[in-house]
Amino acid sequence: MFGFVLRRLAVAIPTLLLLIVLSFLLMHAAPGGPFTQERALPPQVLANLNAKYGLDEPLWRQIAGYVWGIVAHFDFGPSFVYPDRSVNQIIAAGFPVTLTYGGIAFLVAMAVGISLGVAAAVRQNSWLDHLVVGLSIGAQVLPNFVMAPILVLVFTLWLGWLPGGGWGGPLYWIMPVLALSTSFMASIARITRSSMLEVLGQDHIRTARAKGLPERAVILRHALRPAMLPVVSYLGPAFVTMITGSVVVDMYFSTGGIGRSFVDSALNRDYAVMMGVTILAGALTILFSLLVDVAYAWIDPKIRY
Amino acid sequence: MIDRQRMQSLAARLSEPELRGRSPWADARRRFRRNRPAMAGLAVLVLVGLFALLGGRLAQWSNEEMDFAVMGQAAQLGAPSWQNGHWFGTDDLGRDLFARTVQGTQVSLLVGLVGAGIAVVVGTLYGATAGYVGGRVDGIMMRIVDVLMSIPYMFVLILLLVIFGRSMAMLFLGIGLISWLDMARIVRGQTLSLKNREFVEAARAIGVPAWRIVLRHVVPNLLGVVAVYATLLVPLMILSESFISFLGLGVQEPLTSWGALIAEGAGTMNYGTLWQLAFPLFFFCITLFAFFFVGDGLRDALDPKDR
Repeated sequence: MFGFVLRRLAVAIPTLLLLIVLSFLLMHAAPGGPFTQERALPPQVLANLNAKYGLDEPLWRQIAGYVWGIVAHFDFGPSFVYPDRSVNQIIAAGFPVTLTYGGIAFLVAMAVGISLGVAAAVRQNSWLDHLVVGLSIGAQVLPNFVMAPILVLVFTLWLGWLPGGGWGGPLYWIMPVLALSTSFMASIARITRSSMLEVLGQDHIRTARAKGLPERAVILRHALRPAMLPVVSYLGPAFVTMITGSVVVDMYFSTGGIGRSFVDSALNRDYAVMMGVTILAGALTILFSLLVDVAYAWIDPKIRY
Repeated sequence: MIDRQRMQSLAARLSEPELRGRSPWADARRRFRRNRPAMAGLAVLVLVGLFALLGGRLAQWSNEEMDFAVMGQAAQLGAPSWQNGHWFGTDDLGRDLFARTVQGTQVSLLVGLVGAGIAVVVGTLYGATAGYVGGRVDGIMMRIVDVLMSIPYMFVLILLLVIFGRSMAMLFLGIGLISWLDMARIVRGQTLSLKNREFVEAARAIGVPAWRIVLRHVVPNLLGVVAVYATLLVPLMILSESFISFLGLGVQEPLTSWGALIAEGAGTMNYGTLWQLAFPLFFFCITLFAFFFVGDGLRDALDPKDR
């Protein structure tokens, strides 16, 4: 197992470096520099700015400096727009918020999705099953950016129960979490249901029932674990989409997470912040897919590394 | 989210040697026709397609024209009505929502189809090449796909759009850059099982060059998987584009898309102009539904053992 993790890291680290270099090159290829403005700056000012940010050095030194800053000091450099703020500060301001509602959304999607899926599979063709299948089909066309306005419409404008945006106590968490988790909840429920149905038809379940185990134990101890494999492998892509979805949540609910800084920096052409957020998202993605692989190996004893 | 396991099952079934006399395609067509949700989905797609193509001729207003009678008073006067020809209502600038929805439908469908098209061409050729050549080349090619897949692509896509300017071409390129990865994997898997079949061996024995075997003998046999996957990919592409447009980073005015219209409707709904959200959202949802149903129907038709 340890060797497996090491081997995965051996792939993950070059991937991350590639992402850093690639986004740096992209930024470098941008027509006009970060200081290109409507009114041209005097050349001397521009040269000063370029020297300050190291933009007059050869390309490879810029890249090396940037990568070294990230790897050695976890330093994404200064913002290109706000003179008194570094990328680190901007990310640090938003990250706890994103982590809070993102984490809750992830847990809610898992807990509710798996329970619904198991319940639907155990009572196949009951009204609950039909409800779960219907909901999971419906939720496919309700991505976060459709859910968000609908939620605000219902809970803020019509019912007046929840604040329409901002960040504060748990009341402010409900709609971001719902908007972010609904489609995953549905997908997880669907995947759980179909893999549970498959597992329930297998021999070891019949054996467990035949030896007189209570149904509860059969489901929870013998069926659930193998049925979780497809769910676990779905969590990787789900995580990516969730990080992406946090951008919409931050924009629509003004929660102030890193998604907001990303879009703001995209509109301001603050490349340093954009790159910082992109790289952070990439690092999280890679880390998470590593965790998923480890969890997979732990659940499925057949897998040997 | 496309269900990987079922795609694999489909791939396995389509690469089985055919033993029966009846053509599998005729069988599939029959099964597809009997699948009600899929046929309904197909009908919806035809209608939405007609709406996109012909809706512009029906519209009483053009998409850029501003109706000064309702401008600035959308909440009071801009509601959908038969009298003034604004069937779907107007926005606050007095632009006709019917015409704008037609235009948004055109743009969104185009993005979806082009994105899926790029995936089909690039993904099929890449996957078939990797699978057919095999060995170290295959290893390297697939490792590249792995690496690209672990990049948070929406962020990179937005980065691309910001750096090189927001244009339709950039949007197509950006979406196309990523969409082919999954396709390449699936196609490669199927190519691996195809390349040991007798007809490929026969072609190799009579000295057909490798690139021709790939193009003439392998690729046509991939048609089923590719068709199903492409159908399921179109709605995902539409979703991606809508996502970006919702953030205000996608297509630019006066062009519009479902995502942009939904964003606008979501922004103005607290003034009471609910139709601005409802109409684009309706078209968006039914089209995605239809694509998913047709894709699932195609898969079930080509892979009946899964039922």
